Amino acid sequence: MIEVLDGVELEEIRDDFPLLQQKVHGKPLVYFDNAATSQKPRVVIDAMNDYYQRYNANVHRGIHALAERATKEYERAREKIAKFINAPSPESVIYTRGTTESINLVAYSWAMTNLKKGDEILTTFMEHHSNTVPWYQVCERTGAVIKRIELNPDGTLRLDDLDKLITDRTKLVTVTQQSNVLGTINPVRQIADAAHKRGAVVLVDGAQSVPHMAVDVQALDCDFFVFSGHKMCGPTASGVLYGKRALLEAMPPFMGGGEMIREVWFDHATYNDLPYKFEAGTPNIAESIGLGVAVDYLSHVGMDKIRQHEKQITQYALDRMREFPEITVYGPKDVEKRGGLVAFTLGDVHAHDIATFADEDGVAIRAGHHCAMPLHKKLGLAATARASFYLYNTREEVDVFIEMLHKAKKFFGACPTGRAMGY
Amino acid sequence: MLEELYEEIILDHYRRPRNKGKVDPSDIAAHGSNPLCGDEVDISARFQDGRIVELKFDGKGCAICTASASIMTQKLIGKTLPEARQLIGSFLNMMRGETSFGGKEMGDLKALEGVLKFPVRVKCATLAWNTTLQGFQQHTDKQS
Ligand SMILES: Cc1ncc(COP(=O)(O)O)c(C=O)c1O
Repeated sequence: MIEVLDGVELEEIRDDFPLLQQKVHGKPLVYFDNAATSQKPRVVIDAMNDYYQRYNANVHRGIHALAERATKEYERAREKIAKFINAPSPESVIYTRGTTESINLVAYSWAMTNLKKGDEILTTFMEHHSNTVPWYQVCERTGAVIKRIELNPDGTLRLDDLDKLITDRTKLVTVTQQSNVLGTINPVRQIADAAHKRGAVVLVDGAQSVPHMAVDVQALDCDFFVFSGHKMCGPTASGVLYGKRALLEAMPPFMGGGEMIREVWFDHATYNDLPYKFEAGTPNIAESIGLGVAVDYLSHVGMDKIRQHEKQITQYALDRMREFPEITVYGPKDVEKRGGLVAFTLGDVHAHDIATFADEDGVAIRAGHHCAMPLHKKLGLAATARASFYLYNTREEVDVFIEMLHKAKKFFGACPTGRAMGY
Repeated sequence: MLEELYEEIILDHYRRPRNKGKVDPSDIAAHGSNPLCGDEVDISARFQDGRIVELKFDGKGCAICTASASIMTQKLIGKTLPEARQLIGSFLNMMRGETSFGGKEMGDLKALEGVLKFPVRVKCATLAWNTTLQGFQQHTDKQS
């Protein structure tokens, strides 16, 4: 049986998030900008305070009691995170400041070393800038080129000619597991299998998937997996790069400094073991401990339950948005194929104006290109508005959002654009 | 509060923008964008005897961006380059909150005062003006 959150559980969850209790412009806050960043439960905030108030010390370099405690908590968090994504060992989990840093680490350490002129990087049109721009930089330096998997009209990836797109020149396939605009959930395992047949390395951007569904990196068989803590109830500047051990071991360090070395001589150094080789300098100790607690919190609720809850909220939002002939929703219509977010346009009303209108009603949504300009160019759009949901959102909040849209439509006199937009 | 942002005059310029399109041939053509939100504007203008005789804007922008561009074209047509620069400069100062808005003599421009209460939207209101200034600069650079 599929488990869902009942009303009592949902109330309890909402009570766990101090920020949600407030009013904005005199209206109860409706926080629908979870794809940008999620709110934090009290346990996460408390855990970070606890570190600073009771055992703040540097890790791995003191022999006093506080240092020992800080190190233990920091490493315990790593073990919990490894378990959460089913990484085979904690050493394959490297702490970073988030998805962007994790991808840059792979770009600068692995790609700059292994790619050469004429090599190909295969990606998609739905990537976030952080899974786009580092590869442009790699191409500039190495002479490698970018190729992209096309989109189907429903916003899914066109995979029928995948075997042709991946060639012997393809060295890297880098895809998001869930689009932050279309919501599309991509069949990452299928892509990884096709890539591995040709000996390509696979990076999966999990920024929008790990917070919302159960992820098993071994089942996905990806070589690198990256995500951010702040989108999954954890602190900002926490995040992870998971990598297969053999790859990580062969990679040169990304940054040099303390912690990542074994011995330093007058003109050279030898490097530390995994994961410390990639954690130069004093790391984000409080944040990583906080992320460990966020993982506990999400596991306690249950990732399958969270996914189920978001599917229901998304289905409800999609159903109610059909009240508007002027609304175009981007991405798959089937909630089995999409995550808990809806990017849309309301006729010719600019997304900015909708977001300002929403804010007046206490509804936080995002407007713009959501760091996915290539996708918006592909869709022929300058901007979309986006509502993105999480475990603490309710149907009643969707009602407030829909009411707001009705008001905005009337106020701006939305006209259907009549544009034939594919997705 | 929303009524202060979306004054009737703003909505009117948004729904029926004045001087929308492209001046061709033009003495000035400049492109501006607001990378945070996706507003884009193209400015083109033609001079005659030292005055702006035609000035148009084009692009995809929100109500504030579009209305502000539309009002700007009306304000600048007929002005000399130094006069236009001066007006743009004083408008940008007002939008930075450095000087206060004038009264009725400002005409439709006065309607943009409400934007000051929405700091995240100030960039929308100034995009066309900054882009025009950029266009002037390119024009001056070419001539010197
Ligand atoms: C799909 C995707 N990838 C990458 C990122 C970048 O994450 P961060 O800014 O935390 O590094 C985001 C966040 O917006 C995202 O949605």
